[in-house]
Amino acid sequence: MMNKDQRIGGRIAEWGFRIVCLAAVIIPLLVLATLIVDVAIDGAQRLSWEFISSYPSRIPEQAGVLPALVGSLFVIALTGLLAIPIGVAAAVYLNEYGKNSWVANIIEINIANLAGVPSVVYGLLGLGLFVRFAGMGRSVLAAGCTLALLILPIVIMASREALRSVPGSLREASYGLGATKWETIRQVVLPMALPGILTGTILSISRAIGETAPLIVVGAVAYMTFLPDGLDSSFSVLPIQIYDWTTRPQPEFLINAAAGIVVLLSVMLLLNAAAILLRNKYQKRMY
Amino acid sequence: MSTTSTKLSVSDLDASYGDHQVLHSIDMDIPAKEVTALIGPSGCGKSTYLRCLNRMHELTTAATVNGTVQLDGADIYHDDIDPVLLRRHIGMVFQKPAPFPTWSIADNVLAGLKLTGGVPDNADEIVEKALKGAALWEEVKDKLDKPGTSLSGGQQQRLCIARAITVEPDVLLMDEPCSAIDPVATARVENLIHELGENYTIVVVTHNMQQAARISDKTAFLMMGELVEFDETSKLFSNPSKQETEDYITGKFG
Repeated sequence: MMNKDQRIGGRIAEWGFRIVCLAAVIIPLLVLATLIVDVAIDGAQRLSWEFISSYPSRIPEQAGVLPALVGSLFVIALTGLLAIPIGVAAAVYLNEYGKNSWVANIIEINIANLAGVPSVVYGLLGLGLFVRFAGMGRSVLAAGCTLALLILPIVIMASREALRSVPGSLREASYGLGATKWETIRQVVLPMALPGILTGTILSISRAIGETAPLIVVGAVAYMTFLPDGLDSSFSVLPIQIYDWTTRPQPEFLINAAAGIVVLLSVMLLLNAAAILLRNKYQKRMY
Repeated sequence: MSTTSTKLSVSDLDASYGDHQVLHSIDMDIPAKEVTALIGPSGCGKSTYLRCLNRMHELTTAATVNGTVQLDGADIYHDDIDPVLLRRHIGMVFQKPAPFPTWSIADNVLAGLKLTGGVPDNADEIVEKALKGAALWEEVKDKLDKPGTSLSGGQQQRLCIARAITVEPDVLLMDEPCSAIDPVATARVENLIHELGENYTIVVVTHNMQQAARISDKTAFLMMGELVEFDETSKLFSNPSKQETEDYITGKFG
C-alpha cells in the first residue's frame, strides 16, 4: 500500500525539477565567473599600484585610473548623500503618513514605473535640469544629482518594503504608551526597518557606480589631468574611462580597460562588503 | 467588595468602521480600582469598545466614534483633549505580546519614558519597581540587558504589562492578554491582573468566561455591539438577569 515504488513517477519529476533549479543557479554563475576570470587575466599584466595612482596618458603603459577612481568615489558619495535621506523620507511618508490615500497610491505606481526608465533618459534629464537650467555645468554635483535621481525610485521602493515589514502591533504598542507618530517612527519603526533599508540602498549604490550612459550625457570627461577638487569641478568616472580605452585604436589600451574593470569591480565589492557588514551589525541587534 | 467611585463613565457610545456600525449606544460606569471584564461572542465589539476607551479606535482607517467617555468627569473626546497625552493616562496591553525587538528588557520596561522624551536618573529603580509589579523581577533581574524578545511568551506579556505600568497610568486596558500564551503563564498573568486591580482601574477583554469569573470584580456581557448586562461578576455568573446572558454563560451559544 505504501510501497516506495508506487510513487516512482512522482520521484522522477521531483529529481528532474531539482536539477533544473540547480542548473538555473549554476549556469549564470559560470558565465559570470568566466567573464571575471577572463578580464582578470587580461588586466593582470597592467594592474599595479602605478596603474591606480597614475593619470591618463597617450602611452598605454603609463596610463592610470586615479582621476576616474577618485571621481567615481566622489560622485557616488554625493549620490548616496542626496538619494538616501530623500528616499527614506519619501518611503516614510508613503508608508506611515500617506497610507491608503489616493495620492500615495498614484505616487507609488509612478515610482515603480520610474525605476524602469532607461538610465540614459535620466542623463538627458540631468543635462537639461542640473547642467543647463540649474547652471551646475558639467560638474561632479550635476553627476551626483543625476545619479541620485536615477536610484531614488529603487531606494524608495526598498525602504518602503522594509517599513511595511515592521509589524503593526509594534506601532500600536508604541501609540498605546502615549508616543506620538514621530516618536514611534523614529524609535520603533525606523530602527527595525534599518537592515532592509540598507540592503536596498546597497543594491542601488552598486547600480549607480557602474552607470555609464547618463554620465556621458551629463558630460564626464575621459582625459582628466587633475583630480576633481570641488563640487563644481569637471570629473571622470571609472566606467567612462574604461569605455574610452576600449574605443582607442591601439590594442594595448584594451589591457588598460580590462585592468580598469578589475578596479571598478573591486571598488563595488568593497562598498558592498562594507555595507553588508554595517547591515549585519544592525541586524544582530534584532532577535 | 466595597462600592467605589466611577473612573470611566461611558454614555451613548457608538463606534463604526466606515458604514459598519460595531457598537450601539453603550452606557456603562467603570468603577475605579477594580477589574472589569468584558465578555461576549466573537465579533460582538468588545475589542472595539476597549479601543474606544483610550482613543486607539480612531487610528484605524475610516473608524468613527460618537458619544462620550468621561475619565474622572472629563470627556476624553472633547476637542481640547490630546489623544497622545490621554494614552499616557490610559495604558494598553495587547493580545499578542509585542516587546520592541531591538530593545533590551530594561529598555522595554522604560519604553514609555524613552519614547516620549526622557528617562529620569533613577531609571534602575523604575525598572525594578515595574518588573516587581509585573511579577517578573526574579526571572529577569540577571539579564536586564538581554533582548525583550528572548523571553518566553508569558514572560513577554508580563514585560508588556511592566512596560504599561511604568508610565503610571490611571487605567489599564487589556485586550485578551492571555489568549496567545500557555496555561501556566496564563495563571501567572491572571494573578497579576488580580493584584494590579488593587491599585489600577483595569478593563480586560476576554473570550474565556472562567477567566472573567476568576479575575474580575464586575463583568459586562456584550452581544452584537450592544451591552446586554453589566453587574457584579458573582451575580452575573450565578444569577444573570437577562435570558441572553444566561444562554451565553451556560454555553447555549457562542
